[in-house]
Amino acid sequence: MEKLKFERPVINHINAGVPDKFGMGTAIQPISHIDDISVEDLLNEYGSPLYVLSEKTIRETYREALSAFKTRYPKVQFAWSYKTNYLNAVCNIFHQEGSWAEVVSGFEFEKALANGVPGSKIIFNGPDKSNEDLERAIQHGSLIHIDHFDELYEIMAVAPKTGKKAKVAIRVNMDTGIYPHWDRFGFNYENGEAWTAINKIMPNPDMELIGLHTHIGTYIMTPNAYAVATSKLAALTVRIQMKYNHHLKYLDLGGGFASKNTLKGAYLPGSDTCPSFDDYAEAITGALINSDIQYEHMPTLFLETGRALIDEAGYLLGSVLANKRLLDGRRSLIIDIGVNNLFTSFWYEHHIVPARIKQRDTEDTTIYGPLCMNIDVIRQAIQFPVLEKGDRVVIKRIGAYNMTQWLQFITYRPNVVLIDAEGKTHIIRENETHESMNALDRIPQHLKEIQL
Amino acid sequence: MKIKKNIAVSENGFLFDPNSGESYSLNKTGQLIVKLISEGKTESEIIEVVKEKYEVETTSLQRYLDDFIMMLQQMNLLEKEED
Repeated sequence: MEKLKFERPVINHINAGVPDKFGMGTAIQPISHIDDISVEDLLNEYGSPLYVLSEKTIRETYREALSAFKTRYPKVQFAWSYKTNYLNAVCNIFHQEGSWAEVVSGFEFEKALANGVPGSKIIFNGPDKSNEDLERAIQHGSLIHIDHFDELYEIMAVAPKTGKKAKVAIRVNMDTGIYPHWDRFGFNYENGEAWTAINKIMPNPDMELIGLHTHIGTYIMTPNAYAVATSKLAALTVRIQMKYNHHLKYLDLGGGFASKNTLKGAYLPGSDTCPSFDDYAEAITGALINSDIQYEHMPTLFLETGRALIDEAGYLLGSVLANKRLLDGRRSLIIDIGVNNLFTSFWYEHHIVPARIKQRDTEDTTIYGPLCMNIDVIRQAIQFPVLEKGDRVVIKRIGAYNMTQWLQFITYRPNVVLIDAEGKTHIIRENETHESMNALDRIPQHLKEIQL
Repeated sequence: MKIKKNIAVSENGFLFDPNSGESYSLNKTGQLIVKLISEGKTESEIIEVVKEKYEVETTSLQRYLDDFIMMLQQMNLLEKEED
């Protein structure tokens, strides 16, 4: 007699009385391929864990966002937020699509220049700009978004030395009706600080105020907050027109659009609740069109969207290291992806699935990373199929921030692979090695020898 | 190793523990193993029976069985072993 196919024995506790009122599906859909390339093949070729980015998804997402805005308001310019993902290949995809660069440090400024972005198409944000940074930005004709008065005074001092007029905008923070209200960056709108800053810039012969900037927060679920922000920036624009007969070239609404990831503590998944590009575009362009800015002087709309443009295109692939039982009987799964590779797991319930499923039964599982640290938790509680050592797992939507905020801790950072539009794979950042990690270490002479 | 006396298992793998009022579901292999335990079979006998019926090698089966028995203990479905 032919033997039956074996399934590992499973016993599951039945939880009656707490049905999910939204009827959310619990079925797990494995991800075996990314852009038609097998997860198993990718891991065999490039090692585990592995970051994978889909060029096709990046371009499609960008075009979707651009079209949402351009169909409503013709003068739109995106600037790629370097801090979200500054791997050069990724930046250049956005630059090929027409994005300028939005940088927040001298380091990122240098990266953008090296990628071939003309200085005049670099937006320089952030509270940390050294004298040298400011001088270089003025020389290159970059757009300097002033964060605080000390920076404003610094530009007043530095600009005359360059012989050029500094092209500036101020960052404005404001109450848009949402919590938290970010007041630590830029000049406040409501208390008149922003207007004071404008009145210091306008008469200064070494500065030209060409725009206004705001960035109201991150992972904003309420498109209307952008409408409020746009109206307030438009009101300032009109006031500048009235007082100085000066027309601003652009309004920069920053970033902060939510990606489809699920925040910790959220009841519904981000994929169901996150607003679409059309929702944001409708709010922003609607407020702009309805503002009192003179028709012939309508400014260009700048957007610095990062997360929502890249998160979806990134995957983190890994392997199961072990299964363990916790004291309360819960299963724990140890995988080779830790919080060092997945910084965003501190605030997201990341979508993690196996590359293939041998058995449909799931168990309440905690997924841990490989670090010898208690904080290394990828998912605290998830219904997950029982996997075996060596089985592959895929974490979706990790393209934003993980390849910039990653931590080099107890091991080498892995390869990053890009799947191009034709389905070819390219390493776009090599894994670290003992040599590359040690290259920056210096040992003083008296510590060179040890005897044990 | 013994399943507690008053525990009821239905034909389609529904297990009820009247001591706690809790219900559990078993898959086919889980059901077979619970049946074998209640028939008083030892671990090695269980492995023999399962291997006869299913395509599985001893090492992995041993691993799964250990894990499954730990779950039964955790869920308080086994009689405490006499010292």
